[in-house]
Amino acid sequence: MARIINKAAGTEVPRRRVVAGLLATAAGVAMLAGCTSKSDAGNQAGAATIQLLNVSYDPTRELYKDINTAFAKQWQAQHGQSVTIDMSHGGSGKQSRAVIDGLGADVVTLALAYDIDAIAQKTKLLDPNWQSRLPDNSAPYTSTIVFLVRKGNPKGIHDWGDLVKPGVQVITPNPKTSGGARWNFLAAWAYGKKVGGSDAAAQKYVSRLFAQVPVLDSGARGATTTFTERGIGDVLLAWENEAFLAQNELGKGKFDIVVPSISILAEPPVAVIDGNAAKHGTNAVATAYLKFLYTPQAQELIARHYYRPRDPQVAAKYGNLFPRLDLVTIKDFGGWQAAQARYFADGGVFDQIEAGIHH
Amino acid sequence: MAGTLAPSRTGRVVLMVLAFAFLALFIVAPLVAVFVEALSKGIATYGAALVEPDALSAIKLTLLVAAISVPLNVLFGLAASWAITKFDFPAKNLLITLIDLPFSVSPVVAGLIYVLLFGAQGWLGPWLEAHNVQIIFAVPGIVLATTFITFPFVARELIPLMEEQGRDDEEAAISLGASGWQAFRKVTLPNVRWALLYGVLLCNARAMGEFGAVSVVSGHIRGKTNTMPLHVEILYNEYNFAAAFAVASLLALLALATLALKSILEWRYGVHGKGHP
Repeated sequence: MARIINKAAGTEVPRRRVVAGLLATAAGVAMLAGCTSKSDAGNQAGAATIQLLNVSYDPTRELYKDINTAFAKQWQAQHGQSVTIDMSHGGSGKQSRAVIDGLGADVVTLALAYDIDAIAQKTKLLDPNWQSRLPDNSAPYTSTIVFLVRKGNPKGIHDWGDLVKPGVQVITPNPKTSGGARWNFLAAWAYGKKVGGSDAAAQKYVSRLFAQVPVLDSGARGATTTFTERGIGDVLLAWENEAFLAQNELGKGKFDIVVPSISILAEPPVAVIDGNAAKHGTNAVATAYLKFLYTPQAQELIARHYYRPRDPQVAAKYGNLFPRLDLVTIKDFGGWQAAQARYFADGGVFDQIEAGIHH
Repeated sequence: MAGTLAPSRTGRVVLMVLAFAFLALFIVAPLVAVFVEALSKGIATYGAALVEPDALSAIKLTLLVAAISVPLNVLFGLAASWAITKFDFPAKNLLITLIDLPFSVSPVVAGLIYVLLFGAQGWLGPWLEAHNVQIIFAVPGIVLATTFITFPFVARELIPLMEEQGRDDEEAAISLGASGWQAFRKVTLPNVRWALLYGVLLCNARAMGEFGAVSVVSGHIRGKTNTMPLHVEILYNEYNFAAAFAVASLLALLALATLALKSILEWRYGVHGKGHP
């Protein structure tokens, strides 16, 4: 008898129970979604406080902390409106992917043009000609790739050739996810090509180089931490700004910077993501924010954070800080579209090199 | 009797010393290191790291996420384990397998599933966009990912116990005239209360500590979509080690509190004979 009751109950009660649970879940999610949509949908143009989201690459954390404070002050003085700038940092490629997947960036400040091109191609959020909208290819500062070695340079590393000596461990992030690492890769390629005279020689050199890399972090900051804090590796291929930061502020007296004979001119660009800014009503303030980066005040902050300023006067003032060296540019690689397709796309040169190392 | 199977006295001592040495090396030492590092710049820095606005927002978000996902999973876990152990229905094994799915899927994949579904390029992306609903890179996405990851904890705790307890008590209650709801509330629930609490604790610990899946759907906006584990990573990447470990120590404290509560529950559990009053 109990069995019969049980069967009967089995068809009704538990099903109702499960359904109730599912409904509660759905209701909870819907409620939350409702909350967010309300707060996000508001057009902020006339509001007393305005919010911007700057999605940036890894090593710019300290820079934008200062820039944001300075810009907020200026905007408040000129428009009587307070502006707060939210930051998201990560490997440049990863950040670009997040914006493509719907991270609501008003502006992006990434490590290389390709990552912003990708946003323009995969979404309709900004004009494909975004790079001509601001001066200097939309890159308010430049940087380059240098070496950071341990104090006293115990492994005697002076140029790219020394990196492939036996027993030298090289730290660089993964070119698949990190913008800095793609600049690293191309700078190494430029050296290999200069010395060997051909692309084949360059590929051979870069293969030997990556065979000496024990860990590939996903972003530049992770790689710096691996080198400086975890003490792994003999040399870090780093953004110049990141190398200065490590040398002067992290481990004073623990590291030396080595400037190689040849490197690459890195132009980290910035852009307003028009589609998002229009939705948030932040077009004007987002554009002003990026233009602010070109003012002497911001250029000064840029130089103080060890990025190479564009402004000639500021550049002259900080000229001693930045050594002159032979710099190739992305144009030598046919631009980012070509370089990305050839070296970093799936099955590209980097993948071939990695496959060669692991077999 | 003890001679053949049990190890000798020296053997036992050696085994115990080994076990404790292992525990000390792999569990206690790292835990101590977290607190030592957290307090390395003094108690004032420690306190400042925890009340700093971004840290506070991360703590609040973590609590909010746990406060939503844990009750949902309690409801689901109870419903599922009740259905599975007390009734027979088709596709029961399928349901059991589905409950275990989040255990076997990597958290990163779990996060990506939601990006694929709700991301701007995802299946539902355009519809959500048109209705101005943001799920990924906002709080709902974080709640969804956490709920998915912590799905099995309560059910997995309850199912073996309820299976062991059988259906006799409920059948007796129903044959004496109780309704299904009464049987559940007055018979099933009291029988499993300790196991349920234990499941809630585990579920909560994981909900607050989850990193991988949340990292994928968070967008890492400081002060907005960072949970405590993500905030620890950010601080660590900013060379702010004392602050990173201060927030990490909060998570560690949570783990210790969970452990203590778990021990108490296990003791009660044991005394009450696997939950039977």
